[in-house]
Amino acid sequence: MRVRVLGHRTRVLAAAAMAGALALSGCGANEDQNSNNDKSEVEVFSWWTGPGEADGLKAMQADFEKKNPGTKFTNAAIAGGSGTQAKAVLASRLQNNKPPDSFQGHAGAELIDYIKAGQIEPLDDFYDENGLKSVYPKQLLDQITYKGHIYSVPVNIHRSNVLWYNPKILKDAGLDGPPKSIPEFIDALKAVKDKTDKVPLSLGAQWTADHLLENVLLGSLGTDAYNALWEPGADWNTPAVTKALNEFGEIMKYTTLEAASTDWQGAAKAVVDGKAAFNIMGDWAYGYFVGDAPNGLGKKLGEDFDWAPAPGTEGTYMWLSDSFTLPKNAPHRGGALAWLKEVSSKEGQDLFNPKKGSIPARTDADKKLYTGYLKSALDEWTNPNTKLAGSFWHGVTANNKWHTDIDTAVGLFLQNRDVSKLQQGLVNAAKNSGQ
Amino acid sequence: MTVLKAPAPGGTSRAGQAAKLAVLLAFVLLFLIPVYVLVVTSFKPLNEADPSSAWSLPKHWSVSGWTTAWNDLRAGLANSVKIAVTGSIISAVLGSLNGYVLSKWRFPGADAVFTAFLFGMFIPYQAVMIPLAGLLTDIELSGTIRGLIIAHVVYGIPICTLIFRNYYVTIPEELIEAARVDGAGMLRTYWSVILPVSGPAFAVTLIWQFTSMWNDFLFAVFLGAPDSWPVTVMLNNTAGSGAVAVQYNVQMASALLASLPTLLVYLLLGRFFMRGLMAGALKG
Amino acid sequence: MKTEDEKTTGRLRRSRTWLPGLLLISPSIIAIGLFVYGLIFWNTRVALSGKHDEVSEYGFDKGKNFVDLWDQPSWPGAVENALLFTVVFVGGALLLGAFLAFLMDKGIRGEAAFRTIYLFPMAVSFIATGVVWRWLMNPAPPERAVGLNQLFDKLSLDALANNWWQNQDWGMAAMALPAIWQMSGYVMALYLAGFRGVPEDLREAARVDGASEWQVYRYVVFPQLRPVTLSALIILGHISLKVFDLIMAIAGKQIITYVPAVAAYVEIFDRHDPANGATIATYMLVAVAVLVIPYLVWSVRTERTR
Repeated sequence: MRVRVLGHRTRVLAAAAMAGALALSGCGANEDQNSNNDKSEVEVFSWWTGPGEADGLKAMQADFEKKNPGTKFTNAAIAGGSGTQAKAVLASRLQNNKPPDSFQGHAGAELIDYIKAGQIEPLDDFYDENGLKSVYPKQLLDQITYKGHIYSVPVNIHRSNVLWYNPKILKDAGLDGPPKSIPEFIDALKAVKDKTDKVPLSLGAQWTADHLLENVLLGSLGTDAYNALWEPGADWNTPAVTKALNEFGEIMKYTTLEAASTDWQGAAKAVVDGKAAFNIMGDWAYGYFVGDAPNGLGKKLGEDFDWAPAPGTEGTYMWLSDSFTLPKNAPHRGGALAWLKEVSSKEGQDLFNPKKGSIPARTDADKKLYTGYLKSALDEWTNPNTKLAGSFWHGVTANNKWHTDIDTAVGLFLQNRDVSKLQQGLVNAAKNSGQ
Repeated sequence: MTVLKAPAPGGTSRAGQAAKLAVLLAFVLLFLIPVYVLVVTSFKPLNEADPSSAWSLPKHWSVSGWTTAWNDLRAGLANSVKIAVTGSIISAVLGSLNGYVLSKWRFPGADAVFTAFLFGMFIPYQAVMIPLAGLLTDIELSGTIRGLIIAHVVYGIPICTLIFRNYYVTIPEELIEAARVDGAGMLRTYWSVILPVSGPAFAVTLIWQFTSMWNDFLFAVFLGAPDSWPVTVMLNNTAGSGAVAVQYNVQMASALLASLPTLLVYLLLGRFFMRGLMAGALKG
Repeated sequence: MKTEDEKTTGRLRRSRTWLPGLLLISPSIIAIGLFVYGLIFWNTRVALSGKHDEVSEYGFDKGKNFVDLWDQPSWPGAVENALLFTVVFVGGALLLGAFLAFLMDKGIRGEAAFRTIYLFPMAVSFIATGVVWRWLMNPAPPERAVGLNQLFDKLSLDALANNWWQNQDWGMAAMALPAIWQMSGYVMALYLAGFRGVPEDLREAARVDGASEWQVYRYVVFPQLRPVTLSALIILGHISLKVFDLIMAIAGKQIITYVPAVAAYVEIFDRHDPANGATIATYMLVAVAVLVIPYLVWSVRTERTR
């Protein structure tokens, strides 16, 4: 099913009026070309423009071009934090039926709108042909299956529930180590504030508060209760959620006034620079910390900074994943499938992930390539006893409307610090999501 | 036409002049604050380019930001030039012809048409980007430079028509009448009477359209494609999507590089801008 | 008495005077009709529909969206922000532009250079300067001060340090600062042209009558500037109601600086709710129309009598 903007007749009339001498031949062609196997090129749409991720993409591209010599690779990446601009342009292209051959999206509920609008194809056959169901963890596959089908191919895994801290500041504040629960965390923040002149918890612009919220929810409610929040009909109006939100409000008192003007890098950097004690941010911060200039800060794990699971979340991997899709009516479907084969392959993922600073989604990765924090991450990811929780902020558990409504509720909370209004906002967000 | 230069400053004391000069200079400093930060940061090496040291001069002057910026933006600059130069010239010609018709060769309902044109300046673009992209897709121009030029020219029609119409209104009717008596038709009159004196209005229009087309981001990102992206999209891409260190020196150098052409246009055509404004263009 | 034939030829001959003009302008009329009014019509249709996600049918919800929008927690704040921003920006740019023009009216050394410097911010896009303004308007307290607060600290002007756009109540006034920086040069150019357009003889006549320089300004020059003020008001007003690039470049989509244009963008591209997005766009269009249409009608009409 294709979604059309403006009635078909109106558009043809408009086209005729505008075109004048321009040929309309293109419009007359039959647009349902599901069986085209055109492999002459592939246009890949992503938001990987920064160094590191762009380098990873280039490495995969080089491998792809080696394996697919006749296929031209077009990189249509558009920047914008977490893909804001890219997703907007993508929406326009999909609605106007000019899809790229493959586009990046977070695996999970973020793709639901595309699925419902019939803009991407299910990939069950692709998974079977390439034996992917045995190499991706089962919990992952369960959490990205929608109504019995899988719609994307995860390339990497990032972890959301990571607490970065500065060991020296913790010592100065009289703390033995990183806090292991939310109440301990609040005490630790208080200790840093009272005993040192450093910032207890560094924070960036509004979305980092959303990121903080998901970690507080996970740490306070526990994995099963957190996962249950995203089921249809879940109740957000419970005392447990109230307690978690109150803790969130309390934690927010220990952040900085200038948070809204700070990007996530600035907030994370404050920890390794010795200006802030704690920062809760996904593990993409690791690549930023240890990488060499110009893309990284060249800091040392264990000395300048260290990490722990976010307070109260030990044993749980709060995951998010960049993945690629197969749009319906992709102009070069053969090229798109070849690209998907590349990103789902062991070689492709092992070329991409070390450069990007994430771990591969496949469990049969070459473990030697992942060192430092990434080694611990990979060990936990491949450990069958680890529980998985999907990150809501990074597109796993909530669809676009839900996601934005939570963001709005958090944004308003940052203004009025009213926990009951925040809870009401979250209740409404869940109710109106239509998921 | 009105005089550009100031009248003789009769009656202003030297102290008064000095005071005015001082105030004007103070404002120049204020206006240049953002430029100072941009320039100073662009010449710093990466490890110095940080908000906390925004005010200090570079300890080690470096052009690494500029070389990276040039490499990142080169393709975009070429596209921007194509779009802005072609688009502003077409816009100016269209505006001139339209303004001429609406002021000197009127037809019944001309005022209504003019008002209807003007209202087109006020449409919020975010809301109509998707159907606009759809329209361009239907005529097979989506993602091309030609498509971008057409979109810019069409949405520039109101302001260009406004500028020229208001300018032409000041041309005396007698000149038109004289040409008509001589047997000249509409286009002949335009060529021999109107066009020769249109200089300032062309300057104003070219500056305005060039600037707005050069600095546009919304149309570029929605209606363009990787090989047709102008410099604003490339500039936005230098900010990266956030998984790594922001290279502020590159970002600032890119910002300056992307702004140089419009600054050049202002420097070269600036005095015509004033002349055009004096002659009534852009007064609305 | 003209015969029927004569009347027809008369009409034909008269049409020869205006028909060519109509033909010449017709491509523009068609283009505007399609790209402006066609899209406005489409937008209104969506705003009146019940299409709150990409796959629902359009339907016809009448004006329900226009009322329901006010229940959205983010919308009233966006409107307040837009109003505060408009007042500060328009007022500030008008005052500053007029003041600068006033200073230069009688001529000053290096006038061309001054004019170019004040005008050039209009040439630069906020995609380019957004990061700089974010640095400049950082509200960090003195121990971590950055940007203008840091500058104030260095110049011992600490009293001026403030929260900028993160101030709970007046934040949007701070956002007006970059906007004033960008547009006051243009206002200055308008006023300068206006000042210089006042004939010197008028001023001389007043001086001869014994008026002081200030009185010359007050009673001769300023009244003639009313059309300039009006047109500057309109242009600044409509830019202000539609402000988008500036906000996105400095603060992104954060609620603290939410304005209608950003809200429309979020509704359409993040929430995938076409009807809400179109409703906000309609509100924006109406707000601008209320501001602009009376002025347009008035100005076209007064011109006829000139």
